[in-house]
Amino acid sequence: MAEKTSLLDKIGSYLKAIFAIAWKDLAAELRSRELLSAMLVFALLVILIFNFALKLDAKTRIAATSGILWVTFTFAGTLGLNRSMAVEKDRGCLDGLLLAPVDRSSIYFGKVLSNIFFMFIVEAIVLPVYSVLYNINLFNSGLLLVIFLGSVGYIAIGTLLAAMAVQTRTRDVMLPILLFPVVIPVVVAAVEASSGFLQGLALSEVSYWINLLFVYDLVFIAIAFMVFDYVVEE
Amino acid sequence: MIEVQKLVKRFGLKTVLRGMDFNVAQGEFVALLGPNGAGKTTFLRILATLSRPSLGAIRIAGYQLPSQASSVRKKLGVVSHLPLLYGDLTAEENLRFFARMYNINNQADRITEVLDLVGLLSRRKDLVRTFSRGMQQRLAIGRAVLHDPEVMLFDEPHTGLDQDACDMLDKVLGDVAARGRTVVMTSHDLGRVEDLATRFDVLNKGKIMASRKKEELGTGNILTFYKKALAGMDG
Repeated sequence: MAEKTSLLDKIGSYLKAIFAIAWKDLAAELRSRELLSAMLVFALLVILIFNFALKLDAKTRIAATSGILWVTFTFAGTLGLNRSMAVEKDRGCLDGLLLAPVDRSSIYFGKVLSNIFFMFIVEAIVLPVYSVLYNINLFNSGLLLVIFLGSVGYIAIGTLLAAMAVQTRTRDVMLPILLFPVVIPVVVAAVEASSGFLQGLALSEVSYWINLLFVYDLVFIAIAFMVFDYVVEE
Repeated sequence: MIEVQKLVKRFGLKTVLRGMDFNVAQGEFVALLGPNGAGKTTFLRILATLSRPSLGAIRIAGYQLPSQASSVRKKLGVVSHLPLLYGDLTAEENLRFFARMYNINNQADRITEVLDLVGLLSRRKDLVRTFSRGMQQRLAIGRAVLHDPEVMLFDEPHTGLDQDACDMLDKVLGDVAARGRTVVMTSHDLGRVEDLATRFDVLNKGKIMASRKKEELGTGNILTFYKKALAGMDG
């Protein structure tokens, strides 16, 4: 019984640490609005530029949408990931987090939680704007599932690599260089699955890509859980 | 309280700590002195569990490093020349966040007590980015003592502070030490540490060159002791 209580206590402390970090990030962002505004302005500019640059007819518009959407999400996401870790590094706050007597993977999951929240906010604003600009209905449950799984995979690996990149002098340049090659399978699967849903294919026809996304999310999260401690410690 | 044996730390081909031995008894206030590049910050970061030793044995409050790092962190309070605080949170929010991370009971009472200790109770609702450097450093001490640690590590806490802020920080440091905590502090300011510390160790080229207790050294002799230790004339 004592062991059970101790295990429950440990899980409770672990979850408390995760939510404390996410709460801290949200509270700080509510005040500064630095991260969200940068991500949002960038994302909206990208879809606006694509709208002017590509004169698309109705058919090619559907084919190009998934690519444009994921380019927008990945680039805006990189901005957010960089900023989210830079805040921790600037005043030595990352050391403050690492000094806490918690399992260090809880720091990773706390940062993932807040980064995903910011990513979802940006996506929730970008999707309706895109729908209006390109005259395409994006509110399709299949597409929303793909955006969810793709964003989770992207943020899961992005948070780990941002923690690595922030230790380097060229952190702003380093993150995309590290992240984009690793995240290619997530982006390819997300683009293919999104494209399938936009063309009206059934779930069974895009299930290969959904499964790939799901497996990649799990693998990335498991790897990050195992190696985060070594990434942040000297 | 702190036992270090044959500690080696390498960064690639560069060896920063070369078989360092260092012991601190409970309640001692040790000033770790040394020139830039001597390895003081590296050593403190290893004790703080922020860096892994390459070789050697470390035991803090009965726990081994790095295998029992999480247990060690419960016993440690760390203050560096950076505040380790979030500028976009208030003083109270910063302490509340760390209280959650340390799983502290009666958080509201403890936060009030700590803010009072560091003289920032009236500024509890103000954003940390509006604080002066000295106030941020006092709050950093508040963050470090929040969980009532047995061992305190200070890495050049006076860096960047003006005279008044240094004096106020010394008062807070004195209060912290007076509560029977074990303290290790690195510093370049010999005059300041002479009043605070009970023992002086000189670290140079990755090894402790000399160690003296305050009563052995006498008043006003710290500069001579320091220079002799660096020259290898005082073992």
